[in-house]
Amino acid sequence: MAVAPVVPDTHPPRETRGWYRRNEIKVTPWLFLLPGLLFFATYVILPIFQSFQVSLYRWDGLGELSETGTFIGLGNYRELMTDRAFEISLWNNMRWLFLYLLAIPMGLGIALFLNQTVVGIRLYKSLFFFPFVISQVVVGLVFSWFYLPKEGLLNAGLALFGLGPVNILGDPDLATYGIIAAGLWPQTAYCMILYLTGLNAVDPEQVEAARLDGAKGWKMLWYVIVPQLRPATFIAFVVTIIGALRSFDLISIMTNGGPFGQTRVLSFYMFEKALAEFGFRMGYGASIAVVLFLIMLCFIAYFLWSMWRDERVAR
Amino acid sequence: MRSILTALAATTMLTGTAMADAHAPALEGTLRIISDMSNPAPRAVMEKLAADFDAMHENLEVELEIIDREAWKSQIRNVLSANPPDVINWYAANRMMPYVNAGLLEDVSDIWADIEGLDSVKGALTLDGKQYGIPYTYYQWGVYYREDIFNELGLEEPATWEQELANCQAILDSGRKCYTIGTKFLWTAGGWFDYLNMRTNGFDFHMALARGEVPWTDDRVRQTFANWRELIDMGAYIDDHQNYSWQEALPFMVNGDATAYLMGNFAVAPMREAGLSDDQIDFYQFPAINPDVELAEDAPTDTFHVAAGAQNKEAARAFLKYVVSADVQTQINAGDALGQLPVNANSSVDDDEFLNQGFTMLSENSSGGVAQFFDRDFPAEMAALGMEGLQEFMVFPDNLEDILQRLEQARERIYAN
Repeated sequence: MAVAPVVPDTHPPRETRGWYRRNEIKVTPWLFLLPGLLFFATYVILPIFQSFQVSLYRWDGLGELSETGTFIGLGNYRELMTDRAFEISLWNNMRWLFLYLLAIPMGLGIALFLNQTVVGIRLYKSLFFFPFVISQVVVGLVFSWFYLPKEGLLNAGLALFGLGPVNILGDPDLATYGIIAAGLWPQTAYCMILYLTGLNAVDPEQVEAARLDGAKGWKMLWYVIVPQLRPATFIAFVVTIIGALRSFDLISIMTNGGPFGQTRVLSFYMFEKALAEFGFRMGYGASIAVVLFLIMLCFIAYFLWSMWRDERVAR
Repeated sequence: MRSILTALAATTMLTGTAMADAHAPALEGTLRIISDMSNPAPRAVMEKLAADFDAMHENLEVELEIIDREAWKSQIRNVLSANPPDVINWYAANRMMPYVNAGLLEDVSDIWADIEGLDSVKGALTLDGKQYGIPYTYYQWGVYYREDIFNELGLEEPATWEQELANCQAILDSGRKCYTIGTKFLWTAGGWFDYLNMRTNGFDFHMALARGEVPWTDDRVRQTFANWRELIDMGAYIDDHQNYSWQEALPFMVNGDATAYLMGNFAVAPMREAGLSDDQIDFYQFPAINPDVELAEDAPTDTFHVAAGAQNKEAARAFLKYVVSADVQTQINAGDALGQLPVNANSSVDDDEFLNQGFTMLSENSSGGVAQFFDRDFPAEMAALGMEGLQEFMVFPDNLEDILQRLEQARERIYAN
């Protein structure tokens, strides 16, 4: 141990380290964050505000907004209020949101079922996980063949029970549900994987203790297992809700928004209005995007808030 | 791409000096072409066009890029605004209007003065009295049918609506459907509406509707739908057509489950490929409905344009002139090339059963006029909403009133802007 000088040194040695050296601890994290923040600002934050701006114009997307666009204030939003296609898309989005959540209990069910040690369990697990690995486009194609009115497997199966042929994707009332069912297939696999990893972290002592207290079956699941799976459930909720709101590829592949626009969701409608073959209404498309963004924002805000709350509790 | 360029370079070296025309203005630099002729046969045509033009001009290098036809429909706007090439493919009539209005396509009226034999299609390339591109091919629409089934049932090609309906009844009685169609991508329904409306109310009325001058709720429009409904109520169309693309609807005709297809001439090639011989397929003009209106036809025209931001406009103009010259038109539209109709009146039509019939029909029996197609004559947004309504009508004809009200609302908004 060095002995501290009794009299304070009034001439401390001159600081020889540079500014960066002195502030290294504070500055370095920001340096690492900088590229990410820069890209996030340019490709996410800025476009959000640009969309807000474009949604106030009538603009065909050709040339510069300032030259070829006409400012019409909230005109696009006023038109949205009376647009039946928008209303259908909004309701379809709601259907997607609620029905997509079925992936969570189904994923949990399969995870519980697969969470055992028998020969070849790894193979079964990977088979169940398979649909999540293949592309959504392939899922869409497979399901649209499955649903085909004449040749499809579904109708062949129904015929065995003497049930009449149904044309799921051609029926405006059923088509959306048909697509959601196709989407649930990979989404369930995703939730299953989340729960399988979660189940590994379940404390066996608690299960033992509960068993000694006589808990079993549903009570065991609901009061002992599920609470311990809370982190997995949270992530499953987040990915499922975001996935439901982002649904686009399945619709594009399976029905192209039809029959007569009955399976559109907001993201697809926006694409059709602004960017597709006949879409020359950038402003209107942007206003749809803004509405979709606001819906997403509710969920994102809730998720961020609950994560923040959890973190504060943990600290 | 590299192999194409190498091939191009090789042809240039071999034939460049021999072919170069001493009288043509010396073209220099690079000519960049973006084409959407991505199907195998058109692609070969386009590659040959580029190679030949390159060979003709010693100091000019032609760079060709071919983009998938469907993808090009949404890519064109980006390509034209950022780093535009010199020459592009697109479509005539209203389909080019947004780009003309945005000043992205070059006014090429000057070269139209030098070209002969294109008067019949000039209107489709004209906006506000100026021409914004040149056509390179067009094709007839009409009813392609199974000749063998017609013979088996003892049916004749119909010339009137009554005959058409009687034929259809006979076909239905034999356990088949009259028409195959796939409306998943909507435009096929537009073809039916074009014909029914032009036969019921005439070409001029149809174009007035396209220009937004007639309300959709007009009684004459309703009459068109009433005629259409006769077929729908008979069960003339295959079931579940809203699930199929136009290609997916072909097997119904090939297998004999349906006997006819209202389509463009491009449907002949896949029918032949699927194994139907020319004895089994034949073609007739869509029959007259209202005897008081002159027959008019759909004959969509595909075009070349010069981008307003082109770097080498001189070469681009020379290329356009080259493409419409009578010889080149004969060559590229031949049965073993595009298999369509040449636009230059001085070129010859290849000796093909369907091209001959189509050419005769368009030149002698469409006195009413020649329309482009539903999605090219109507403005983009009206076309999209319209075709959706047409599909809905074909599936649920009872929704007609609602559909017409919706389209009328859209018309009032779209044409007001």
